[in-house]
Amino acid sequence: MKALICIGHVPDTTSKIRFTDDNTQFDKTDIQYIVGPYEELGLTRLLELKAEIGSLHITAVNVGLPEADATLRKALAIGADDAIRVDADPKDAMFTAKQIAAVYKSGTYDIIVTGKESIDYNGGQMAGMVGELLDLPSVSGVSKITSDGSKATLERETDGGTETIEATFPIVISAGKGFAIEPKIPNMRGIMQARRKKLTVIPAVEQAEKTKTSKHYLPEAKAACKLVAPDNINELVRLLHEEAKAI
Amino acid sequence: MSVLVYTENWNGAFKKSAFELASYAKATAALLNSSAIAVTVGKLADGELEKLANYGIEKMITIDEAAFSGFSAQAYGATVAKVAIAQNAEVVIFGNNPTGEAIAPRVAVRLDAGLATGAMQLPTNAPFTVRKRAYSGKAFADFVIESAVKVITLTQNSFKLIEQPVAISEENFDAEIPANAGAVKVTDLVKASEKLSVNDAEILVSAGRGLKGPENWGMIEEMADILGGTTCCSRPVSDLDWRPHSEHVGQTGKVVAPNLYIAVGISGAIQHLAGVNSSKVIVVINTDADAPFFEAADYGIVGDAFDVVPKLNEALKAFKANS
Ligand SMILES: Cc1cc2nc3c(=O)[nH]c(=O)nc-3n(C[C@H](O)[C@H](O)[C@H](O)COP(=O)(O)OP(=O)(O)OC[C@H]3O[C@@H](n4cnc5c(N)ncnc54)[C@H](O)[C@@H]3O)c2cc1C
Ligand SMILES: Nc1ncnc2c1ncn2[C@@H]1O[C@H](COP(=O)(O)O)[C@@H](O)[C@H]1O
Repeated sequence: MKALICIGHVPDTTSKIRFTDDNTQFDKTDIQYIVGPYEELGLTRLLELKAEIGSLHITAVNVGLPEADATLRKALAIGADDAIRVDADPKDAMFTAKQIAAVYKSGTYDIIVTGKESIDYNGGQMAGMVGELLDLPSVSGVSKITSDGSKATLERETDGGTETIEATFPIVISAGKGFAIEPKIPNMRGIMQARRKKLTVIPAVEQAEKTKTSKHYLPEAKAACKLVAPDNINELVRLLHEEAKAI
Repeated sequence: MSVLVYTENWNGAFKKSAFELASYAKATAALLNSSAIAVTVGKLADGELEKLANYGIEKMITIDEAAFSGFSAQAYGATVAKVAIAQNAEVVIFGNNPTGEAIAPRVAVRLDAGLATGAMQLPTNAPFTVRKRAYSGKAFADFVIESAVKVITLTQNSFKLIEQPVAISEENFDAEIPANAGAVKVTDLVKASEKLSVNDAEILVSAGRGLKGPENWGMIEEMADILGGTTCCSRPVSDLDWRPHSEHVGQTGKVVAPNLYIAVGISGAIQHLAGVNSSKVIVVINTDADAPFFEAADYGIVGDAFDVVPKLNEALKAFKANS
């Protein structure tokens, strides 16, 4: 079996977010980049499946600029077998999805895993777009996967409840919370091995952009928190009712 | 031209989120001088059609649920895209929820449309611009959609209900099932509890590791009951299985925007705030005056939850009894 795991190169979750050039550009100064948290769970679970099924080749793919190579190396250190970077600035979702679809077509993969959403633009759209571009079924926000190598059983949380889904390959899924319990942290051996693993850089295919980010805004600073003394609880109730009109 | 909105129904009935989506679709249609049409899968109960008409929806397209063998992103997406083409839709709107997340990207590809997920407010036109959540709630971004057709998903609880009754017509539409859609099959559905869901609640009472253990959640549930809200929690609390995973809010959990968010014994880590900082009013109860959550709060009590919460519950009960 072969799996393609889509690795986003995103700011660390603790990053303070700032913008430059009249709020049009993300300020990369002092930002640490990481493997997106959901695809980190995705990769972790694929590595578990590899042990369970016996054989699973895992290719990490990123659409990004050379700076993303370090993030792909991290995915290799966690345990991916090889990596592909499509050399382009991933500015638009449809553009990125088209690149991933092209990588899929250039190999023979049974499963494509993305994260539920990226933590920069929070699109949550990659799995569906890639699925539609390839005319493959997709299941998004998967919270559990088991497989014997020929088919998979998935769970997905919806507003209506928890669905159990039987799926055959090939399939596209996005990994949500629960996909793996704890993300796997690379160990020294993994980091050493990652240096020798193959990272191929390929050119992008043509795809017009459909969206542009024109401007960013930071949430308005909150007015200072009004503190109420613990022995003056009625005052809090009054404020919530009369001032905040929240109750 | 039209604005098409996907409104989910639950055993034939709509929830408040459908009325929010209808209001948003109608306002978008007004912006573009066109009309708002809704699409739903499954038979509606009596009177539900009129409820949507109350928010400005002029036509309802109903798709027979029996044609699908359970939910399939591929089949639902193909069908909604076909409806959009038949209705000459220039904008297609979904909720930013598990269903919208599964279908909207597929519809966008079929319609060669740009997609903006997690919209926070009404779009503006020329250029068509959608303000959306970015950096997990730490920022917003204006997305310009340049394609002829636009697809949007709306963050729940970010648009007000606007009543403006119109006459509504109903039309049936045949499902479109792609040949390989059978490769995924829903074989079981464990229904969510009847309890008000975290996404639907307007008041959330949330608690963290400061509560020490699951046996102490009675007072949190009591507060949620008094206020007509529901409970949620920080990540470690669900990781420790003190509370169900469906209650986990934050960057890697549910993203919420209630009218009132009361946080008890939660430190306010940046990843927690990312999921809750769009709440309209935030109240924090924490023993530590330096807890970062106070910086994001509107009101706060520096105090012990085991002392403050029972007293607050009594005060809220008295308030509710008098109002
Ligand atoms: C990639 C990543 C993603 C993450 N995603 C999320 C997420 O989605 N959601 C999330 O919540 N976290 C998330 N986290 C974890 C986050 O960083 C924090 O560790 C977590 O939010 C802390 O939970 P807490 O505030 O309940 O616990 P703690 O940090 O332990 O805080 C407990 C608080 O309770 C207070 N307290 C103690 N006793 C009392 C008392 N008797 N009365 C009142 N107050 C009391 C303490 O002063 C303290 O402030 C994520 C972390 C990472 C690395
Ligand atoms: N530039 C990229 N390269 C590779 N994978 C990506 C890229 N952007 C997003 N993804 C994948 O798609 C998922 C969802 O991203 P998004 O739709 O942007 O929220 C992420 O969690 C990644 O797995």
